[in-house]
Amino acid sequence: MKSLDELKALREKSLKSIQTRSTDNKPRIIIGMGTCGIAAGARKVLSSIMEEINEKDLDIVITQTGCIGMCEKEPLIDVEMPNEPRITYGHVTPENVKKIITEHVINGKIVESLAIAKMES
Amino acid sequence: MEHSIYRSHILVCGGTGCVSSGCKAVQVALKKSLKKFGLEKEIKIIETGCHGFCEKGPILVFYPEGVFYCEVTPEDMDHIVEEHILKGRVVEELLFTEPITKENIPSYMDIDFYKKQKRNILGNCGKIDPESIEEYVATGGYEATGQVLTHMSSEEVIDEIKKSGLRGRGGGGFPTGLKWQFARKSDSKKKYIICNADEGDPGAFMDRSLLEGDPHKIIEGMIIAGYAIGANEGYIYVRAEYPLAIKRLQIALNQAKEYGLLGEDLFSSGFNFKLQIKAGAGAFVCGEETALMNSIEGKRGMPRPRPPFPAESGLWGYSTNINNVETFANIAYIINIGAKEYAKVGTENSTGTKVFALTGKINNTGLAEVPMGITMREIIYDIGGGIHEGKKFKAVQIGGPSGGCLPEELLDLKVDYDSLIKAGAMMGSGGLVVMDENTCMVDVARFFLNFTQSESCGKCTPCREGTKRMLNILERITSGKGQTGDIELLERLAKMIKKTSLCGLGQTAPNPVISTLKYFRHEYEAHINEQTCPAGECKGLLNGYVINGEDCIGCTACKNVCPTDAISGERKEVHTINKELCISCGACVTKCPVDAIDQA
Repeated sequence: MKSLDELKALREKSLKSIQTRSTDNKPRIIIGMGTCGIAAGARKVLSSIMEEINEKDLDIVITQTGCIGMCEKEPLIDVEMPNEPRITYGHVTPENVKKIITEHVINGKIVESLAIAKMES
Repeated sequence: MEHSIYRSHILVCGGTGCVSSGCKAVQVALKKSLKKFGLEKEIKIIETGCHGFCEKGPILVFYPEGVFYCEVTPEDMDHIVEEHILKGRVVEELLFTEPITKENIPSYMDIDFYKKQKRNILGNCGKIDPESIEEYVATGGYEATGQVLTHMSSEEVIDEIKKSGLRGRGGGGFPTGLKWQFARKSDSKKKYIICNADEGDPGAFMDRSLLEGDPHKIIEGMIIAGYAIGANEGYIYVRAEYPLAIKRLQIALNQAKEYGLLGEDLFSSGFNFKLQIKAGAGAFVCGEETALMNSIEGKRGMPRPRPPFPAESGLWGYSTNINNVETFANIAYIINIGAKEYAKVGTENSTGTKVFALTGKINNTGLAEVPMGITMREIIYDIGGGIHEGKKFKAVQIGGPSGGCLPEELLDLKVDYDSLIKAGAMMGSGGLVVMDENTCMVDVARFFLNFTQSESCGKCTPCREGTKRMLNILERITSGKGQTGDIELLERLAKMIKKTSLCGLGQTAPNPVISTLKYFRHEYEAHINEQTCPAGECKGLLNGYVINGEDCIGCTACKNVCPTDAISGERKEVHTINKELCISCGACVTKCPVDAIDQA
């Protein structure tokens, strides 16, 4: 270790190894993983989300929840940007995961065509 | 595709406490379950150091949610993975239940045990992988070392530590900054830094947990200390009974070397520092600094007279600075937040936090870090969850074999270095052994005397012979053969041993007797004068037990547990104890649900 800058660089590189352990001020994606969700293909949606965030190297909290009652529209995912309302997307497929992540999570624009509900946080 | 980001981290406690409660098997089962559900690429398992809540081990923490599962078994893993990871449902029955409210608490930080702590020093323990220097650096590790080496003079570092008010966490409470200054001022041509990790007090395990859970923090503290006093070499003296601590420490040392955080010209400052581990054979006296140095030099672990103090003539005759593990763990934290901010926590003369090991008859055994000045009551009841099985508190033993027992009247005592000394105890390394109404205080004194007696190195006669005589007398009293005048004899011996022993071991060995005599003299008197043990613990003084016919409900619990078949009676009828067969073991008393059994 030759300088503080070198330490800082190592620190930034290492942050990835522990980022999953904090939730402060981060975008959240919540996946409905009740029986209905899994039956409708939520597992594949979750896998594609993981692939996507790994590919784009994003720091996002991914959590899963049980059935929220709108089984008809499963697979459901909620996207919640820091200090913004929580948006629910219905009939999510691995194909439109890419779109939701690029437009909503990265660019902050809600994908109106897929959104089905908005919850004030 | 290679996954480097995981959606969930499962932290498995890998401290010695959890290892003994079976965390290794849990980890193996967890890996298998993740594979079974095809999740191994999404979920990462991290083995951490001690979470401090050893009572409830093995412990798992699921992130990002921070859900805390305790007392898990390998058989639970399939269920927990399917429910929590796959379906997003918290497994209620594996959550922690508060002993008082019986509520299930899902989140780590909402548990009373953690909520009331101030985990400044233990913050990383149980949160990061202790075998990964990258995780330590990610939490801001080695930042303090870098700052010190590039922006501060050694005098400034010493000043900062002095201003922080930090006092030695190993027991004595000597101001750390001042100690460093003595070593700094020495013109010894070589100097040494030693970390005293020879944790020997029965019931104390805070140093072990720090070494196992956050070893880099100790290394950082030592580098800074080395720079401050002008030492280029250091030893970490760990007892060989701590194999996991030694293993993790060695990994940490290797990693630090690899990254150039140990070695030559650190941070281009021209400062060189190297560290090595010295495993001790585990003698209590080697926790005494001069005996410890003898041990490193390969001599028999016996104390040397002071003066000369180690700062003038220590290891191999060179100036040496010795601090305890927890003291070193405070250093980087002080540099990072500043002495002023640090001193805001605690009391005027005892700043910062202290880690206590809670053991004995307490609900939440484990490690708790609290601000200095907190009351004993808060530690035992709010964090410790009160006394086991709802029994009555009798005393708390603080400071290990050198400390003393504090009675109920002193529960509201503010815990800091000076108030404890005034009360006849001492901070010691921070072991707290809680005793309930069924603990005999004479027997407690005997236990500790037995410990110090067998650990006495034998160099000084008062300690070698005196503790032996005191132990003999205590054994006599607890077996019902106490004589008039024994109490006075104990007091005289205690005074003499304290005054004439060379090192801390002998000087403090009589403390458990002195403090129990001060606060529980009536128990000694009852043993000697009335031939009874008020707590019902000294078997030699018991005449068997009897069942109170009015209270007995005939549940047969006592009958089933009696090892000598001394209890007879039919279900739902009053039971009786055969006096001839009863060996006064007390097993029936602990099982009786209606407290119908008394001493004869």
